[in-house]
Amino acid sequence: MSVTILYFASLRDRAGRDTEKLPAEGTAAEAYELLRARHDFAFARTQLRVAINGALAGWDKALRDGDEIAFIPPVSGG
Amino acid sequence: MSGFALVEGEIETMALRRALGHDGAGGVVVFEGVVRDRNDGRTVRALSYQAYAALATSEGNRIIAEARARDELTALVCVHRVGDLAIGDVAVFVGASAPHRGAAFDAVRYVIDEVKRRVPIWKKERYADGDSEWLHPS
Repeated sequence: MSVTILYFASLRDRAGRDTEKLPAEGTAAEAYELLRARHDFAFARTQLRVAINGALAGWDKALRDGDEIAFIPPVSGG
Repeated sequence: MSGFALVEGEIETMALRRALGHDGAGGVVVFEGVVRDRNDGRTVRALSYQAYAALATSEGNRIIAEARARDELTALVCVHRVGDLAIGDVAVFVGASAPHRGAAFDAVRYVIDEVKRRVPIWKKERYADGDSEWLHPS
């Protein structure tokens, strides 16, 4: 029962990896706060968006086994 | 022709421009975003772009659909490059054709502004002094 976290840009550099597994417990917000403490991420959660299984989602969404969670830092394409 | 795509190599701007052609189009507008050699007072040597491809493609296509719902267009495309780019390379192409020029101008402006605001693509600048940095504008 686990979820996969996807990291991009400076979050990827800070975490030192592209992906990470977590137990499928709690909400997306709780997962970010846990990982923020673990990796010392600079972003407050309110600066990010979250996507679950490829679609933007709410932070209060409960995580389910097999979910793919992406934290989206402020974007800079174009 | 309509849609958003990510590409890893050079953007084929001439082919994209030709594909905007339509017998019902009275105006064609193209925007190319190009890698420049400075930002915020620093000399930039190169750039790379990283994307969350699945969400970037769906969000990009959502923006295209929004623009098409606002105005009558005959074609609307946006192609964004990812990977390593050099100064002068085209990073993003937006092209629209429409029966009337106003709709084509408006669509291109809408798409590039929304892509920059919403689509999960990130730019890393490599500077002349050897430093590099991901840009995360607040």
